[in-house]
Amino acid sequence: MKTLRNLAVLGTILASSSAFAQYTDGLIKIGVMNDMSGTYSDLSGQGSVIAARMAVEDFGAVAKGMKVEIVGADHQNKPDVGSNVVRTWIDRDQVDVVVDVPTSSVALAVSEIARDKNKVFLVSGAGASDLTGAKCSPNTIHWTYDTWALGNGTGAALVKAGSNTWFFLTADYAFGHALERDTAAVVEKNGGKVLGRVRHPFPGTDFSSFLLQAQASKAKIIGLANAGSDTINSIKQASEFGIVSSGQNLAALLAFITDVHALGLQTAQGLIMTEAWYWDLNDANREFAKKFAPQNRGVHPTMVHAGVYSAVTHYLKAVHELKSEADGKAVVAKMKSMPTDDKLFGKGEIRADGRKIHPMYLFEVKKPSESKAPWDYYKLRATIPADQAFRPLKDGGCPLVGG
Amino acid sequence: MTQTASLTSSPAAPAISRSQTVAFVAMVLALLIAPFFVYPVFLMKALCFALFACAFNLLIGYVGLLSFGHALYFGWASYVAAHLAKVGTIQIPYWAGKWLVIPLPPLSTELAILGGTLAAAVLGLIAGSIAIRRQGIYFAMITLALAQMMFFFAVQAPFTHGEDGIQAVPRGHLFGVINLADQSNMYLLVLAIFLGGFLAIYRIINSPFGEVLKGIRENEARAISLGYRTERYKLVAFVLSATFAGLAGATKAIVFQLASLTDVDWPTSGEVVLMTLVGGLGTVFGPVVGAFFIVSLENLLTHIGQWVFVVQGTIFVACVLLFRRGIIGELAQLLRIKL
Amino acid sequence: MFEIFGIPSQALFGQLLLGLINGSFYALLSLGLAVIFGMLNIINFAHGAQYMMGAFVAYFLLSSAGLNYWVALIVAPLAIGAFGVLIERVLLKWIYRLDHLYGLLLTFGLALIIEGVFRNYFGSSGLPYRVPELLQGGQNLGFMFLPNYRAWVVVFSLIVCLTTWFVIERTKLGSYLRAATENPALVRAFGINVPRMITLTYGFGVALAALAGVMAAPIYNVSPQMGAHLIIVVFAVVVIGGMGSIMGAIVTGFGLGLIEGLTKVFFPEASNTVIFIIMAIVLLIRPAGLFGRST
Repeated sequence: MKTLRNLAVLGTILASSSAFAQYTDGLIKIGVMNDMSGTYSDLSGQGSVIAARMAVEDFGAVAKGMKVEIVGADHQNKPDVGSNVVRTWIDRDQVDVVVDVPTSSVALAVSEIARDKNKVFLVSGAGASDLTGAKCSPNTIHWTYDTWALGNGTGAALVKAGSNTWFFLTADYAFGHALERDTAAVVEKNGGKVLGRVRHPFPGTDFSSFLLQAQASKAKIIGLANAGSDTINSIKQASEFGIVSSGQNLAALLAFITDVHALGLQTAQGLIMTEAWYWDLNDANREFAKKFAPQNRGVHPTMVHAGVYSAVTHYLKAVHELKSEADGKAVVAKMKSMPTDDKLFGKGEIRADGRKIHPMYLFEVKKPSESKAPWDYYKLRATIPADQAFRPLKDGGCPLVGG
Repeated sequence: MTQTASLTSSPAAPAISRSQTVAFVAMVLALLIAPFFVYPVFLMKALCFALFACAFNLLIGYVGLLSFGHALYFGWASYVAAHLAKVGTIQIPYWAGKWLVIPLPPLSTELAILGGTLAAAVLGLIAGSIAIRRQGIYFAMITLALAQMMFFFAVQAPFTHGEDGIQAVPRGHLFGVINLADQSNMYLLVLAIFLGGFLAIYRIINSPFGEVLKGIRENEARAISLGYRTERYKLVAFVLSATFAGLAGATKAIVFQLASLTDVDWPTSGEVVLMTLVGGLGTVFGPVVGAFFIVSLENLLTHIGQWVFVVQGTIFVACVLLFRRGIIGELAQLLRIKL
Repeated sequence: MFEIFGIPSQALFGQLLLGLINGSFYALLSLGLAVIFGMLNIINFAHGAQYMMGAFVAYFLLSSAGLNYWVALIVAPLAIGAFGVLIERVLLKWIYRLDHLYGLLLTFGLALIIEGVFRNYFGSSGLPYRVPELLQGGQNLGFMFLPNYRAWVVVFSLIVCLTTWFVIERTKLGSYLRAATENPALVRAFGINVPRMITLTYGFGVALAALAGVMAAPIYNVSPQMGAHLIIVVFAVVVIGGMGSIMGAIVTGFGLGLIEGLTKVFFPEASNTVIFIIMAIVLLIRPAGLFGRST
């Protein structure tokens, strides 16, 4: 029963019970907030709580004398619900760090609250590059990915590989416009050409008309500057109209492995997308997935889950060094000063603007015949090295970055 | 087609009953001490929705018009208030690609709320003059469709920032003096706005104008034959209802320092219908009780995520089948008083 | 090849054809609403939810029983229609004597419950449903590539719509139905079981919604909220057409699909609002709707 499972998550999960009370209130409380039942529940949801718990266990918090508790909540993708939950968490329940938070609107709201109340906010699920740009905060670290990195990865790599003419199918609202603008800039910078764009209403259902306009442009790549069910339906209908089989390729600018799973390989094959992490990339990742999937209804870990694991690990390291979690700014400063190193993301660093730096990967979705097992979905097309994967520090306009 | 029982039944009664005065005093006292026991942000949210429900009730309870799109006024007022408080400058497209720009500095809190309320009134006038051309079920569908259209505009308009919403809206200083970042000052302002709106609506429904509205609700044909231009009465009532809904929405944006798509989307329209239905259609205190009931319920149920919709739906069905009078309506019936 | 406003005419034909396909869903759904309204005087807010359930039945039949699209096309309307009959018997029959608005509120509550339950069990990202093998691939019409399945949708929904129109307007059964709407007491005097007729009419309207849901499953992903937004657009379609006539509902549905299709080419930014704007204009000029009787 899903309800029971949800309740179990929402009840508190005690990871340790040592009496070693040198931490401020004797307890490090981690709040995992995300979409537990809506559009993003597969890519974050309960899996993020599991990932956080695995991080606490693997870190050996008990042995190190740290008492850690994890709480979970559903923000239903609504900023007012999310900010309400976080305010109550901090004011009443002494939560020290908020983790995950997909949906940019909620993440931006939580970032403001964490700064106000001097707590820590580790973003894994949200993509808004503003979190480390104009709206950066000394209390926030943006861990896994952002829209700039996805657009850049897909745009640059494809143009370099010869796919130099683009047509954008853009969701007609602030998010879609930003995604299109950033990617188009990358495409043009690398010598590609944008042949045109069409803006579809958000949320949309029938994309066939827009897809035919994209097809008529004869562009090599149709860039999907939309998200969630819009992306899924665009891909599905593109396959129906034989767009990929007639030689054009689709590039999803924001999509996750769970979207590929929902579409099925028959429909999604040939799709190109950028991710920060893939479970089948190396032995450490496969081992993690093997432990994770059975606890998460068989749903394999996404990059968001892996990011939660990695962020919580690094947070615990910093708190362990400081021997205190009370001052959010101090904890984040400590996290920035220490190099990151964990089994899923390897070695990396956190920049002054709060951006975690690691390589990104460009994947192509396999044909059904190439897939050997469930969730065996990706072929690695290119690796974007860490120093090129994210927006240069000076371009973000983050006030924390000294002139 | 036969004339069926109207949505509410209110016997003709003296303008102000003693029971209502007592209940009003009790409500004010309760709201004054509540912040010492209950999380004030929660109370402020409930008060905003209570005013919203009272505004909605003005239309359904006293004119018999079911608007299924009241989120339009609530949500757009909250966008306009948030924008005025944070940015100021207004840009209105008046022709393809041409913009009328009114340069303004970020406005003070009271002007921002006023601006949001005015915007709701204007929207109410436009939507109302279209919607009152049909009655009953058609009226409900038209208001819903118009609200959905304005929801799409809210998604596309640049100033609303799409899914992100308008964030970090400053609470500012009331009249340039009283600091609203202070929780108790903010609470008192919200309480004052709520009570002001509540009394104004009460005054309207007990005025001669209100009596005509009730006459239209009971039998529109008779009202017309008596020489009333019912269309005009309905339109004025619609605009008033939209205005107070806007006042509630604008206040909510300042309290939460946020204006988002949630408040203009259709579930919010459904929520306000539910609050009023639960509390009691056409009762004075029903919408307030209903709003507090539903907001607390949602607060308790944040843990169960989307099940909230199932619970809401079940309450809808139960109310329609079993207690059409709502909490306050049943109570009034039980005590044989007017509430 | 000639051009209309800078768009090659052939591309325009393609877009019109696509508009017609979307229009067939509007027509099927508004037809169901009109049939129910004619008999029960209730606006069935749960219509979108029932459309979604139809798609889910198709999905379950395929994924757990291996039964294909063609089976679903028959089973889903029957199953969801039966569900409608149950709802009518258990819930709706209690409120016929009340103001019509209570029917709207009750079915709105039902829609919330149904969609909430599905969202809890199936998430929101949607489930895949393949185009049936017989209808895979498509025809190159010269001006566009027309998937066979979409052609089937237009043809089949036209057949369903016209059959429904014929049964209601041209047969004896239909004449009883229409008479029962006007004067239930008189029809009862003829020895006809009016309550049962009401029940079956509701079941039929719901079955139409479920049929539309099955037809939509291969085009859109099967997801719990697929009906929620559509139903509001269909309401606008119903307001534009007026619910007085069955043919009116059909013609308006297809017509608005065409107009929406054109908007997607010339002014895509407005393609999701155009139907609402037309609704506002129609109300200003002809409040009773294009085919409506003024009440």
